[in-house]
Amino acid sequence: MGLLSKKDTKLITDPLADNNPITIQVLGICSALAITAELKASIVMSVAVLFVLGVGNVVISLMRNIIPSKIRIIVQLIVVASLVIIVDQVLKAFAYELSKTLSVFVGLIITNCIIMGRFEAFALGNGPWKSFLDGIGNALGYAVILIIVGFFRELLGSGTLLGIPVLGDPIEKTGVYSIGYENNGFMLMPPMALIIVGLIIWVQRSRNTDLIED
Amino acid sequence: MAVDTEKNSYTIIFAIAMVVVVGSLLAFTASSLAPNIDENERMEKQQNILYAMGINGNEGDGDITFISTDKVAEAFKTNISEQLVIEVKDGEIVKTMTRQEFMEANNGKEPYLIDVKKQQARYKSGESRLLPLFVGEQDGKKVYVAPIRGKGLWDAIWGYVALDDDMIVRGTFFDHAGETPGLGANIKQRYFMDDFYGERLLTEAGVFKGITVAKGNNDPKNETKDDYEVDALAGATITGDGVSAMIKSDLKLYLPYFKTLK
Repeated sequence: MGLLSKKDTKLITDPLADNNPITIQVLGICSALAITAELKASIVMSVAVLFVLGVGNVVISLMRNIIPSKIRIIVQLIVVASLVIIVDQVLKAFAYELSKTLSVFVGLIITNCIIMGRFEAFALGNGPWKSFLDGIGNALGYAVILIIVGFFRELLGSGTLLGIPVLGDPIEKTGVYSIGYENNGFMLMPPMALIIVGLIIWVQRSRNTDLIED
Repeated sequence: MAVDTEKNSYTIIFAIAMVVVVGSLLAFTASSLAPNIDENERMEKQQNILYAMGINGNEGDGDITFISTDKVAEAFKTNISEQLVIEVKDGEIVKTMTRQEFMEANNGKEPYLIDVKKQQARYKSGESRLLPLFVGEQDGKKVYVAPIRGKGLWDAIWGYVALDDDMIVRGTFFDHAGETPGLGANIKQRYFMDDFYGERLLTEAGVFKGITVAKGNNDPKNETKDDYEVDALAGATITGDGVSAMIKSDLKLYLPYFKTLK
């Protein structure tokens, strides 16, 4: 790899599995529960976090030597919030349709603990390029879990994927519904996301026993 | 840099500088983009009103497409024959203004820009309320589009309802500021909005009854049109209740006007 050194590559690949922000660091659970009832929302949220975390990590990393440690959390919060608000305003002015889709997520992005967590744990102590990679890596790790959870919740809860019915029509009783299958309305409730995340953690730790803490 | 970032004075200066920089940056963005955003919001209102009365670019099931932004101003002008403003107080009509009369009294402000939220607050405090009503045509019959607004689970929900002379629903459009994606946010889906088509607001005797978003009404396809109910969304009880409530409270105020049409 010419572009990325081995260490840099690890920054991206680690959060995808063995240091996943949701299943290992247990950050960003709130948004993973809130918006994964359908796959499309999971994907939109993932893209938004990818952008904010990548750019935010770079900004914080550039400022890391001048931020007073006493108020660093507030400074981080301001950076995230203004970044998100500016993007939201620009979208509202030039891509109104897109901004309508994203508006629900704006608050969730600002309060996403992954963002604060990576600023605090990584960007404050590392250079901008490394921080950028770390941001992208963690956002991708977050996205993987969000998309898995969104996939199962939408499939089992509504019988659709990205809004397209894949299991037949529940009212006309076609497809799998003709043999007595029913959508599980429970899957649409936030607690079921927690159970799916729990199952993912279980599978992950049973495959890699190093991850189990004493 | 040899700055001691631990010193109190540095912390305070940093905080002040940060606030000034970020504050002016945000203010600058907001004010320089404001005209564009206003324009977009105006066009959205026109698109929503036209959508409710059935003028849209929908193709096939589940598709929600508005009249495109470059055509909406023209379409609004040709399809909305009149924008009435009805002033009500304590459930009685004070006066009815045409668009011309309203604009003359309000420095040229278009009736569709009336802020429903402000009018609701005025009515609550015992003052009169201005009710905009957009008159158009659907299949050769007159339809009247009324804006409604209420509360969902997290934030505001609003919509436009097209009604005919008998207050039978001829189209709806609902939107929300922040309902849960996949649950309450589905009030903006075709399968929910289309259920309202043909539902009645008035009983045979002409008493206002409204439409309830009801759970377990044994009519998921919404074939019964005179039960004053549409099928609720799973996992979105409070948003659904909000829709029922805003239909009841806001559309009821239009009843005296619809009575004058008889």
